[in-house]
Amino acid sequence: MFLACLAPLAVLVADALTGRLGANPINAAELRTGIWSLTFLTATLAVTPLRRLTGWNALAGYRRMLGLFTFAYVTLHFLTWFGIDEFFSLGEIGRDITRRPYITVGFASFLLLIPLAATSSAAMVRRLGKRWKTLHGLIYVAALGGIVHFVWEVKAGMATPARYALVLAGLLLLRFAPRPLRLRRAAPRPQKQKQLIEPPPLEPNRGLTTLLKIEPNV
Amino acid sequence: MLIRRPPDIPSSEITPERGYLDRRAFIAMAGAAAAVAAVPVLGRDLLARAAGGGSARAGGSGADKPTPYDDITHYNNYYEFGTGKTDPARYAGQLVTSPWTVEVAGEVRKPATYHLEDLLRGQTIEERIYRHRCVEGWSMVIPWNGFSLRNLITRFEPTSRAKFVEFTTLYRPSQMPGQRTDVLPWPYVEGLRMDEAMHPLTMVVTGLYGRPLPNQDGAPIRIHVPWKYGFKSGKSIVRIRLMETQPATTWNTYAPSWYGFYANVNPDVDTVRWSQATERRIGEFFRRPTLLFNGYGDQVASLYEGMDLRKDY
Repeated sequence: MFLACLAPLAVLVADALTGRLGANPINAAELRTGIWSLTFLTATLAVTPLRRLTGWNALAGYRRMLGLFTFAYVTLHFLTWFGIDEFFSLGEIGRDITRRPYITVGFASFLLLIPLAATSSAAMVRRLGKRWKTLHGLIYVAALGGIVHFVWEVKAGMATPARYALVLAGLLLLRFAPRPLRLRRAAPRPQKQKQLIEPPPLEPNRGLTTLLKIEPNV
Repeated sequence: MLIRRPPDIPSSEITPERGYLDRRAFIAMAGAAAAVAAVPVLGRDLLARAAGGGSARAGGSGADKPTPYDDITHYNNYYEFGTGKTDPARYAGQLVTSPWTVEVAGEVRKPATYHLEDLLRGQTIEERIYRHRCVEGWSMVIPWNGFSLRNLITRFEPTSRAKFVEFTTLYRPSQMPGQRTDVLPWPYVEGLRMDEAMHPLTMVVTGLYGRPLPNQDGAPIRIHVPWKYGFKSGKSIVRIRLMETQPATTWNTYAPSWYGFYANVNPDVDTVRWSQATERRIGEFFRRPTLLFNGYGDQVASLYEGMDLRKDY
Protein backbone atom coordinates (compact mmCIF):
# COMPACT_ATOMS: atom_id res chain seq x y z
CA MET A 1 0.00 0.00 0.00
CA PHE A 2 2.78 2.39 0.96
CA LEU A 3 4.62 1.58 -2.26
CA ALA A 4 1.43 2.00 -4.29
CA CYS A 5 1.06 5.49 -2.85
CA LEU A 6 4.60 6.29 -3.96
CA ALA A 7 3.99 5.04 -7.50
CA PRO A 8 2.62 8.32 -8.93
CA LEU A 9 5.71 10.11 -7.68
CA ALA A 10 7.98 7.43 -9.11
CA VAL A 11 6.27 7.69 -12.49
CA LEU A 12 6.55 11.48 -12.38
CA VAL A 13 10.28 11.35 -11.60
CA ALA A 14 10.87 8.70 -14.27
CA ASP A 15 8.97 10.70 -16.89
CA ALA A 16 10.82 13.85 -15.92
CA LEU A 17 14.19 12.15 -16.28
CA THR A 18 13.35 10.60 -19.65
CA GLY A 19 11.75 13.74 -21.08
CA ARG A 20 8.26 12.30 -21.23
CA LEU A 21 6.56 15.25 -19.58
CA GLY A 22 6.10 16.97 -22.91
CA ALA A 23 7.14 20.39 -24.12
CA ASN A 24 6.23 22.13 -20.88
CA PRO A 25 7.43 19.72 -18.19
CA ILE A 26 7.07 22.13 -15.27
CA ASN A 27 3.44 22.74 -16.07
CA ALA A 28 2.89 19.01 -16.52
CA ALA A 29 4.39 18.34 -13.08
CA GLU A 30 2.11 20.94 -11.53
CA LEU A 31 -0.90 19.38 -13.14
CA ARG A 32 0.02 15.84 -12.13
CA THR A 33 0.84 16.61 -8.50
CA GLY A 34 -2.39 18.59 -8.31
CA ILE A 35 -4.47 15.73 -9.67
CA TRP A 36 -2.82 13.26 -7.30
CA SER A 37 -3.37 15.59 -4.35
CA LEU A 38 -7.10 15.60 -5.04
CA THR A 39 -7.12 11.87 -5.67
CA PHE A 40 -5.44 11.09 -2.34
CA LEU A 41 -7.65 13.56 -0.54
CA THR A 42 -10.73 11.86 -1.94
CA ALA A 43 -9.34 8.43 -1.06
CA THR A 44 -8.68 9.59 2.52
CA LEU A 45 -12.25 10.82 2.85
CA ALA A 46 -13.60 7.58 1.37
CA VAL A 47 -12.03 5.36 4.04
CA THR A 48 -14.66 5.75 6.72
CA PRO A 49 -17.74 5.48 4.46
CA LEU A 50 -16.18 2.46 2.77
CA ARG A 51 -15.44 0.86 6.12
CA ARG A 52 -18.99 1.35 7.27
CA LEU A 53 -20.35 0.06 4.03
CA THR A 54 -18.25 -3.07 3.93
CA GLY A 55 -17.60 -3.66 7.59
CA TRP A 56 -13.95 -4.07 6.69
CA ASN A 57 -12.50 -2.33 9.69
CA ALA A 58 -8.90 -2.92 8.76
CA LEU A 59 -9.33 -0.10 6.24
CA ALA A 60 -9.23 2.39 9.08
CA GLY A 61 -5.57 1.64 9.51
CA TYR A 62 -4.82 3.17 6.13
CA ARG A 63 -6.57 6.44 6.72
CA ARG A 64 -3.69 8.24 8.34
CA MET A 65 -1.25 7.08 5.70
CA LEU A 66 -3.54 8.26 2.90
CA GLY A 67 -3.99 11.56 4.67
CA LEU A 68 -0.27 12.04 5.01
CA PHE A 69 0.27 11.14 1.37
CA THR A 70 -2.34 13.75 0.49
CA PHE A 71 -0.28 16.27 2.39
CA ALA A 72 2.90 15.06 0.71
CA TYR A 73 1.46 15.47 -2.80
CA VAL A 74 -0.05 18.86 -1.98
CA THR A 75 3.34 19.95 -0.64
CA LEU A 76 5.01 18.71 -3.84
CA HIS A 77 2.38 20.55 -5.86
CA PHE A 78 3.11 23.74 -3.93
CA LEU A 79 6.87 23.32 -4.18
CA THR A 80 6.74 22.67 -7.93
CA TRP A 81 4.92 25.94 -8.34
CA PHE A 82 6.88 27.98 -5.80
CA GLY A 83 10.31 26.41 -6.16
CA ILE A 84 10.49 25.52 -9.83
CA ASP A 85 7.85 27.45 -11.78
CA GLU A 86 8.28 30.75 -9.97
CA PHE A 87 11.80 29.90 -8.82
CA PHE A 88 11.30 31.01 -5.19
CA SER A 89 10.15 34.46 -6.20
CA LEU A 90 8.29 35.56 -3.08
CA GLY A 91 7.09 38.74 -4.75
CA GLU A 92 5.61 36.85 -7.66
CA ILE A 93 3.78 34.24 -5.59
CA GLY A 94 2.66 36.91 -3.14
CA ARG A 95 1.03 38.78 -6.00
CA ASP A 96 -0.52 35.59 -7.32
CA ILE A 97 -1.87 34.54 -3.92
CA THR A 98 -3.47 37.91 -3.31
CA ARG A 99 -4.74 38.61 -6.81
CA ARG A 100 -5.68 35.32 -8.37
CA PRO A 101 -8.67 33.77 -6.63
CA TYR A 102 -7.89 30.20 -7.69
CA ILE A 103 -4.42 30.50 -6.20
CA THR A 104 -5.76 32.18 -3.04
CA VAL A 105 -8.11 29.27 -2.46
CA GLY A 106 -5.52 26.64 -3.33
CA PHE A 107 -2.92 28.16 -1.05
CA ALA A 108 -5.41 28.51 1.81
CA SER A 109 -6.35 24.85 1.46
CA PHE A 110 -2.68 23.91 1.61
CA LEU A 111 -2.27 25.94 4.81
CA LEU A 112 -5.31 24.21 6.32
CA LEU A 113 -3.70 20.82 5.82
CA ILE A 114 -0.56 21.74 7.76
CA PRO A 115 -2.07 21.49 11.28
CA LEU A 116 -3.74 18.24 10.27
CA ALA A 117 -0.44 16.69 9.21
CA ALA A 118 1.22 18.04 12.34
CA THR A 119 -1.36 16.42 14.63
CA SER A 120 -1.48 13.08 12.88
CA SER A 121 0.63 11.13 15.36
CA ALA A 122 -1.02 8.75 17.81
CA ALA A 123 0.32 10.86 20.66
CA MET A 124 -1.35 13.97 19.28
CA VAL A 125 -4.60 12.10 18.75
CA ARG A 126 -4.55 11.07 22.40
CA ARG A 127 -3.55 14.47 23.62
CA LEU A 128 -6.20 16.41 21.73
CA GLY A 129 -8.99 13.98 22.50
CA LYS A 130 -12.30 15.23 21.21
CA ARG A 131 -10.76 18.41 19.84
CA TRP A 132 -8.80 16.25 17.38
CA LYS A 133 -12.01 15.34 15.62
CA THR A 134 -13.09 18.95 15.38
CA LEU A 135 -9.70 20.04 14.11
CA HIS A 136 -9.56 17.31 11.50
CA GLY A 137 -12.96 18.34 10.21
CA LEU A 138 -10.87 20.95 8.39
CA ILE A 139 -10.13 18.31 5.81
CA TYR A 140 -13.62 18.86 4.40
CA VAL A 141 -12.95 22.57 4.06
CA ALA A 142 -9.60 21.82 2.39
CA ALA A 143 -11.31 19.37 0.03
CA LEU A 144 -13.89 21.96 -0.99
CA GLY A 145 -11.07 24.45 -1.45
CA GLY A 146 -9.16 21.98 -3.60
CA ILE A 147 -12.16 21.46 -5.86
CA VAL A 148 -12.77 25.21 -6.17
CA HIS A 149 -9.06 25.70 -6.95
CA PHE A 150 -9.33 23.13 -9.75
CA VAL A 151 -12.62 24.43 -11.15
CA TRP A 152 -11.32 27.99 -11.26
CA GLU A 153 -8.01 26.92 -12.76
CA VAL A 154 -9.36 25.30 -15.91
CA LYS A 155 -10.16 27.62 -18.80
CA ALA A 156 -13.06 25.68 -20.22
CA GLY A 157 -14.22 22.10 -20.05
CA MET A 158 -15.38 21.17 -16.58
CA ALA A 159 -15.51 17.40 -17.04
CA THR A 160 -12.53 16.43 -14.87
CA PRO A 161 -13.12 18.91 -12.02
CA ALA A 162 -16.79 17.94 -12.10
CA ARG A 163 -15.92 14.27 -11.56
CA TYR A 164 -13.94 15.12 -8.44
CA ALA A 165 -16.68 17.45 -7.23
CA LEU A 166 -19.27 14.74 -7.71
CA VAL A 167 -17.31 12.16 -5.73
CA LEU A 168 -16.67 14.66 -2.96
CA ALA A 169 -20.34 15.63 -2.87
CA GLY A 170 -21.23 11.95 -2.56
CA LEU A 171 -18.80 11.49 0.32
CA LEU A 172 -20.12 14.58 2.08
CA LEU A 173 -23.63 13.28 1.65
CA LEU A 174 -22.72 9.97 3.26
CA ARG A 175 -21.29 11.76 6.26
CA PHE A 176 -23.63 14.65 6.82
CA ALA A 177 -26.89 13.89 5.06
CA PRO A 178 -30.17 13.49 6.94
CA ARG A 179 -30.06 10.29 8.90
CA PRO A 180 -31.99 7.93 6.57
CA LEU A 181 -29.48 8.55 3.78
CA ARG A 182 -26.46 8.30 5.99
CA LEU A 183 -24.41 5.18 6.32
CA ARG A 184 -24.42 3.53 9.73
CA ARG A 185 -21.64 1.75 11.32
CA ALA A 186 -21.48 -1.73 9.84
CA ALA A 187 -20.28 -3.59 12.88
CA PRO A 188 -19.27 -2.68 16.38
CA ARG A 189 -15.55 -2.35 16.64
CA PRO A 190 -13.38 -3.52 19.48
CA GLN A 191 -12.72 -0.67 21.87
CA LYS A 192 -8.97 -1.11 21.78
CA GLN A 193 -8.66 -0.67 18.06
CA LYS A 194 -10.80 2.41 18.15
CA GLN A 195 -8.56 4.12 20.64
CA LEU A 196 -5.39 3.28 18.84
CA ILE A 197 -6.36 3.97 15.31
CA GLU A 198 -9.38 6.17 15.24
CA PRO A 199 -10.31 9.22 17.23
CA PRO A 200 -13.69 9.25 18.98
CA PRO A 201 -16.67 8.75 16.66
CA LEU A 202 -18.39 11.70 15.10
CA GLU A 203 -21.01 13.27 17.27
CA PRO A 204 -23.44 15.34 15.31
CA ASN A 205 -24.00 18.85 16.55
CA ARG A 206 -20.30 19.29 17.35
CA GLY A 207 -17.76 21.55 15.76
CA LEU A 208 -17.78 20.00 12.33
CA THR A 209 -21.41 20.47 11.54
CA THR A 210 -21.34 24.03 12.79
CA LEU A 211 -18.26 24.62 10.71
CA LEU A 212 -19.90 23.43 7.53
CA LYS A 213 -23.16 25.19 8.32
CA ILE A 214 -25.14 22.03 7.88
CA GLU A 215 -28.14 21.64 10.13
CA PRO A 216 -27.64 18.67 12.40
CA ASN A 217 -30.39 16.19 12.20
CA VAL A 218 -31.08 14.90 15.70
CA MET B 1 6.78 28.13 -54.36
CA LEU B 2 9.33 30.85 -53.95
CA ILE B 3 10.52 31.26 -50.40
CA ARG B 4 11.64 34.78 -49.79
CA ARG B 5 12.59 36.80 -46.74
CA PRO B 6 10.22 39.68 -46.02
CA PRO B 7 11.71 43.17 -46.34
CA ASP B 8 10.01 44.58 -43.26
CA ILE B 9 11.39 42.17 -40.66
CA PRO B 10 15.16 42.32 -40.78
CA SER B 11 16.76 39.06 -39.77
CA SER B 12 18.87 41.00 -37.30
CA GLU B 13 15.68 41.67 -35.36
CA ILE B 14 15.04 38.02 -34.77
CA THR B 15 18.52 36.52 -34.79
CA PRO B 16 21.65 37.59 -32.93
CA GLU B 17 24.33 38.91 -35.21
CA ARG B 18 26.66 36.06 -34.43
CA GLY B 19 24.02 33.47 -35.21
CA TYR B 20 23.12 35.45 -38.31
CA LEU B 21 26.70 35.42 -39.54
CA ASP B 22 27.11 31.79 -38.57
CA ARG B 23 24.14 31.01 -40.70
CA ARG B 24 25.68 32.75 -43.68
CA ALA B 25 28.78 30.65 -43.19
CA PHE B 26 26.54 27.64 -42.90
CA ILE B 27 24.72 28.50 -46.12
CA ALA B 28 27.98 28.94 -47.94
CA MET B 29 29.19 25.63 -46.61
CA ALA B 30 25.96 23.91 -47.41
CA GLY B 31 25.96 25.44 -50.84
CA ALA B 32 29.44 24.12 -51.50
CA ALA B 33 28.40 20.68 -50.42
CA ALA B 34 25.20 20.98 -52.46
CA ALA B 35 23.58 19.08 -49.65
CA VAL B 36 20.82 21.55 -48.95
CA ALA B 37 19.73 21.48 -52.56
CA ALA B 38 19.41 17.73 -52.40
CA VAL B 39 17.31 17.59 -49.25
CA PRO B 40 15.50 20.92 -49.06
CA VAL B 41 13.25 20.02 -46.16
CA LEU B 42 16.01 18.73 -43.94
CA GLY B 43 18.16 21.63 -45.07
CA ARG B 44 15.59 24.17 -44.01
CA ASP B 45 15.27 22.50 -40.67
CA LEU B 46 19.00 22.59 -40.12
CA LEU B 47 19.13 26.18 -41.28
CA ALA B 48 16.50 27.18 -38.80
CA ARG B 49 18.33 25.43 -36.00
CA ALA B 50 21.65 26.93 -37.03
CA ALA B 51 20.00 30.34 -37.05
CA GLY B 52 19.02 29.93 -33.43
CA GLY B 53 22.46 30.83 -32.15
CA GLY B 54 22.52 32.36 -28.67
CA SER B 55 20.70 31.28 -25.56
CA ALA B 56 18.69 33.42 -23.17
CA ARG B 57 18.04 36.94 -24.27
CA ALA B 58 19.05 39.78 -22.00
CA GLY B 59 16.43 42.46 -21.94
CA GLY B 60 14.42 43.46 -24.99
CA SER B 61 15.44 42.07 -28.33
CA GLY B 62 17.94 39.53 -29.48
CA ALA B 63 18.30 35.80 -29.42
CA ASP B 64 15.09 34.00 -30.17
CA LYS B 65 15.92 30.42 -30.86
CA PRO B 66 13.25 28.68 -32.93
CA THR B 67 11.31 26.17 -30.86
CA PRO B 68 11.86 22.59 -32.10
CA TYR B 69 9.35 21.35 -34.67
CA ASP B 70 8.22 18.54 -32.36
CA ASP B 71 7.34 20.95 -29.56
CA ILE B 72 5.45 23.30 -31.87
CA THR B 73 3.45 20.39 -33.24
CA HIS B 74 2.89 18.54 -29.95
CA TYR B 75 2.12 21.29 -27.48
CA ASN B 76 -0.64 23.69 -28.34
CA ASN B 77 -4.26 24.63 -27.85
CA TYR B 78 -6.77 23.69 -30.49
CA TYR B 79 -9.95 22.96 -28.56
CA GLU B 80 -11.65 21.61 -31.67
CA PHE B 81 -9.55 18.51 -31.02
CA GLY B 82 -9.67 18.51 -27.20
CA THR B 83 -8.57 20.68 -24.30
CA GLY B 84 -5.29 18.82 -23.60
CA LYS B 85 -2.05 20.22 -24.98
CA THR B 86 -1.31 16.98 -26.85
CA ASP B 87 -4.88 16.41 -28.04
CA PRO B 88 -4.41 18.35 -31.30
CA ALA B 89 -1.42 16.21 -32.30
CA ARG B 90 -3.31 13.07 -31.31
CA TYR B 91 -6.62 13.74 -33.05
CA ALA B 92 -5.98 16.18 -35.89
CA GLY B 93 -4.74 13.49 -38.26
CA GLN B 94 -8.31 12.60 -39.24
CA LEU B 95 -9.08 16.11 -40.49
CA VAL B 96 -9.47 16.27 -44.27
CA THR B 97 -8.06 19.56 -45.54
CA SER B 98 -8.38 19.04 -49.27
CA PRO B 99 -10.48 20.22 -50.98
CA TRP B 100 -10.77 23.42 -48.98
CA THR B 101 -12.77 26.53 -49.65
CA VAL B 102 -12.82 29.92 -47.96
CA GLU B 103 -15.89 32.11 -48.07
CA VAL B 104 -15.20 35.81 -48.39
CA ALA B 105 -18.20 37.82 -47.26
CA GLY B 106 -19.42 41.12 -45.90
CA GLU B 107 -18.14 44.55 -46.83
CA VAL B 108 -16.22 43.58 -49.98
CA ARG B 109 -16.89 44.24 -53.63
CA LYS B 110 -15.97 40.69 -54.54
CA PRO B 111 -17.74 38.34 -52.16
CA ALA B 112 -17.21 34.75 -53.23
CA THR B 113 -16.27 31.30 -52.10
CA TYR B 114 -12.73 30.60 -53.19
CA HIS B 115 -10.91 27.34 -53.61
CA LEU B 116 -7.81 27.44 -51.47
CA GLU B 117 -5.54 27.15 -54.52
CA ASP B 118 -7.19 30.20 -56.09
CA LEU B 119 -6.87 32.11 -52.86
CA LEU B 120 -3.15 31.41 -52.63
CA ARG B 121 -2.41 31.93 -56.32
CA GLY B 122 0.03 34.75 -56.89
CA GLN B 123 1.00 35.07 -53.23
CA THR B 124 4.70 34.89 -52.45
CA ILE B 125 5.33 32.52 -49.56
CA GLU B 126 7.93 33.85 -47.13
CA GLU B 127 9.49 32.42 -44.02
CA ARG B 128 8.94 34.59 -40.96
CA ILE B 129 10.22 33.71 -37.53
CA TYR B 130 7.59 35.00 -35.11
CA ARG B 131 7.35 34.97 -31.35
CA HIS B 132 4.14 33.36 -30.19
CA ARG B 133 2.80 34.13 -26.72
CA CYS B 134 -0.07 32.18 -25.20
CA VAL B 135 -2.34 33.90 -22.67
CA GLU B 136 -1.57 30.94 -20.36
CA GLY B 137 1.97 32.20 -19.87
CA TRP B 138 4.05 30.09 -22.26
CA SER B 139 5.69 31.11 -25.50
CA MET B 140 7.45 29.75 -28.56
CA VAL B 141 9.46 31.00 -31.50
CA ILE B 142 7.96 29.72 -34.72
CA PRO B 143 9.32 29.73 -38.28
CA TRP B 144 6.07 30.13 -40.20
CA ASN B 145 5.63 30.18 -43.95
CA GLY B 146 3.03 32.45 -45.43
CA PHE B 147 2.34 36.05 -46.40
CA SER B 148 0.79 39.26 -45.13
CA LEU B 149 -2.97 39.09 -44.71
CA ARG B 150 -3.24 42.53 -46.33
CA ASN B 151 -2.17 41.02 -49.66
CA LEU B 152 -5.28 38.86 -49.49
CA ILE B 153 -7.69 41.45 -48.17
CA THR B 154 -6.87 44.11 -50.75
CA ARG B 155 -7.69 41.58 -53.46
CA PHE B 156 -11.29 41.33 -52.19
CA GLU B 157 -11.67 45.11 -52.55
CA PRO B 158 -13.06 46.10 -49.13
CA THR B 159 -15.72 48.80 -49.13
CA SER B 160 -15.34 51.98 -47.10
CA ARG B 161 -17.61 50.47 -44.47
CA ALA B 162 -15.18 47.65 -43.67
CA LYS B 163 -13.93 48.40 -40.14
CA PHE B 164 -13.33 44.90 -38.79
CA VAL B 165 -12.40 41.47 -40.07
CA GLU B 166 -13.88 38.27 -38.70
CA PHE B 167 -12.29 34.83 -39.11
CA THR B 168 -14.32 31.68 -38.70
CA THR B 169 -12.76 28.29 -38.06
CA LEU B 170 -14.07 25.08 -39.62
CA TYR B 171 -17.02 23.42 -37.89
CA ARG B 172 -16.89 19.69 -38.62
CA PRO B 173 -17.66 17.62 -35.50
CA SER B 174 -17.23 14.35 -37.42
CA GLN B 175 -13.51 15.06 -37.74
CA MET B 176 -13.06 17.42 -34.80
CA PRO B 177 -13.87 15.48 -31.62
CA GLY B 178 -13.68 18.55 -29.39
CA GLN B 179 -16.65 20.01 -31.24
CA ARG B 180 -18.78 17.12 -30.00
CA THR B 181 -18.46 18.65 -26.53
CA ASP B 182 -19.66 22.07 -25.51
CA VAL B 183 -16.43 23.39 -23.99
CA LEU B 184 -16.82 26.42 -26.26
CA PRO B 185 -19.60 27.65 -28.51
CA TRP B 186 -18.73 26.47 -32.03
CA PRO B 187 -17.56 27.47 -34.54
CA TYR B 188 -14.56 29.37 -33.21
CA VAL B 189 -14.63 33.01 -34.25
CA GLU B 190 -11.89 35.60 -33.96
CA GLY B 191 -11.49 39.07 -35.32
CA LEU B 192 -9.31 42.12 -35.76
CA ARG B 193 -9.76 45.80 -36.35
CA MET B 194 -9.19 46.63 -40.00
CA ASP B 195 -5.92 48.46 -39.40
CA GLU B 196 -4.63 45.49 -37.38
CA ALA B 197 -5.61 43.09 -40.14
CA MET B 198 -3.93 45.30 -42.75
CA HIS B 199 -0.69 45.58 -40.73
CA PRO B 200 2.13 43.84 -42.63
CA LEU B 201 3.05 41.73 -39.59
CA THR B 202 -0.38 40.07 -39.56
CA MET B 203 0.19 36.86 -41.39
CA VAL B 204 -1.70 34.22 -43.32
CA VAL B 205 0.12 30.99 -42.49
CA THR B 206 0.29 27.99 -44.78
CA GLY B 207 3.48 26.29 -43.61
CA LEU B 208 5.81 25.59 -40.71
CA TYR B 209 9.57 24.98 -40.88
CA GLY B 210 9.28 24.93 -44.66
CA ARG B 211 6.76 22.08 -44.63
CA PRO B 212 3.03 22.24 -45.19
CA LEU B 213 1.19 23.39 -42.08
CA PRO B 214 0.38 20.33 -39.92
CA ASN B 215 -3.31 19.78 -39.16
CA GLN B 216 -2.83 20.33 -35.42
CA ASP B 217 -1.42 23.80 -36.06
CA GLY B 218 -4.35 24.97 -38.16
CA ALA B 219 -4.00 23.46 -41.65
CA PRO B 220 -4.48 24.31 -44.36
CA ILE B 221 -4.67 28.04 -43.67
CA ARG B 222 -4.52 30.04 -40.43
CA ILE B 223 -3.84 33.52 -39.16
CA HIS B 224 -0.98 34.60 -36.88
CA VAL B 225 -0.90 37.97 -35.17
CA PRO B 226 2.42 37.94 -33.32
CA TRP B 227 1.80 40.88 -30.96
CA LYS B 228 -1.41 39.39 -29.58
CA TYR B 229 -2.10 36.40 -27.35
CA GLY B 230 -2.36 33.21 -29.34
CA PHE B 231 -6.12 32.80 -29.09
CA LYS B 232 -6.54 35.78 -31.45
CA SER B 233 -4.99 33.75 -34.26
CA GLY B 234 -7.72 31.58 -35.75
CA LYS B 235 -6.90 28.21 -37.30
CA SER B 236 -8.32 26.25 -40.25
CA ILE B 237 -10.13 29.31 -41.60
CA VAL B 238 -13.25 28.74 -43.71
CA ARG B 239 -14.70 32.24 -43.72
CA ILE B 240 -13.31 35.76 -43.80
CA ARG B 241 -15.97 38.40 -43.27
CA LEU B 242 -15.40 42.14 -43.37
CA MET B 243 -17.70 44.03 -41.08
CA GLU B 244 -18.71 47.49 -40.08
CA THR B 245 -19.13 46.55 -36.42
CA GLN B 246 -16.85 44.67 -34.05
CA PRO B 247 -17.41 40.92 -34.40
CA ALA B 248 -18.40 38.83 -31.38
CA THR B 249 -15.33 36.70 -30.83
CA THR B 250 -15.34 33.34 -29.06
CA TRP B 251 -13.22 33.79 -25.92
CA ASN B 252 -14.27 37.39 -25.47
CA THR B 253 -17.90 36.29 -25.47
CA TYR B 254 -17.15 33.30 -23.23
CA ALA B 255 -15.42 35.32 -20.49
CA PRO B 256 -15.10 39.03 -21.27
CA SER B 257 -13.12 39.83 -18.12
CA TRP B 258 -10.43 37.27 -18.94
CA TYR B 259 -10.12 37.71 -22.68
CA GLY B 260 -10.30 41.14 -24.22
CA PHE B 261 -11.13 41.76 -27.86
CA TYR B 262 -7.72 43.33 -28.43
CA ALA B 263 -5.70 40.85 -26.35
CA ASN B 264 -2.42 42.63 -27.04
CA VAL B 265 0.46 41.04 -25.16
CA ASN B 266 1.01 43.35 -22.21
CA PRO B 267 3.05 42.52 -19.08
CA ASP B 268 1.41 45.34 -17.13
CA VAL B 269 -2.16 44.24 -17.63
CA ASP B 270 -2.89 41.07 -15.70
CA THR B 271 -5.81 39.02 -16.78
CA VAL B 272 -7.98 37.77 -13.93
CA ARG B 273 -6.64 34.28 -14.39
CA TRP B 274 -2.97 34.82 -15.08
CA SER B 275 -0.25 37.29 -14.29
CA GLN B 276 1.15 38.33 -17.65
CA ALA B 277 4.41 39.77 -16.31
CA THR B 278 6.48 36.73 -17.21
CA GLU B 279 6.35 33.77 -19.52
CA ARG B 280 7.99 30.40 -19.91
CA ARG B 281 9.59 29.98 -23.28
CA ILE B 282 9.09 26.33 -24.20
CA GLY B 283 12.42 24.58 -23.73
CA GLU B 284 13.73 27.04 -21.14
CA PHE B 285 13.87 26.54 -17.38
CA PHE B 286 13.57 30.09 -16.11
CA ARG B 287 10.64 32.35 -16.81
CA ARG B 288 11.51 35.40 -18.85
CA PRO B 289 9.95 38.85 -18.68
CA THR B 290 7.10 39.37 -21.11
CA LEU B 291 7.50 42.29 -23.50
CA LEU B 292 4.85 44.85 -24.39
CA PHE B 293 3.25 43.88 -27.72
CA ASN B 294 5.36 40.70 -27.48
CA GLY B 295 8.39 42.78 -28.48
CA TYR B 296 6.78 44.16 -31.67
CA GLY B 297 6.03 47.57 -30.16
CA ASP B 298 8.19 49.46 -32.67
CA GLN B 299 6.01 48.21 -35.47
CA VAL B 300 2.55 48.17 -33.90
CA ALA B 301 2.36 50.56 -30.92
CA SER B 302 1.16 53.37 -33.23
CA LEU B 303 -2.02 51.41 -33.93
CA TYR B 304 -3.10 52.00 -30.35
CA GLU B 305 -2.11 55.61 -29.85
CA GLY B 306 -4.51 57.40 -27.53
CA MET B 307 -6.08 54.17 -26.36
CA ASP B 308 -6.13 53.08 -22.72
CA LEU B 309 -4.59 49.64 -22.94
CA ARG B 310 -5.88 48.81 -19.46
CA LYS B 311 -9.43 49.44 -20.54
CA ASP B 312 -9.11 48.01 -24.03
CA TYR B 313 -7.09 44.97 -23.07
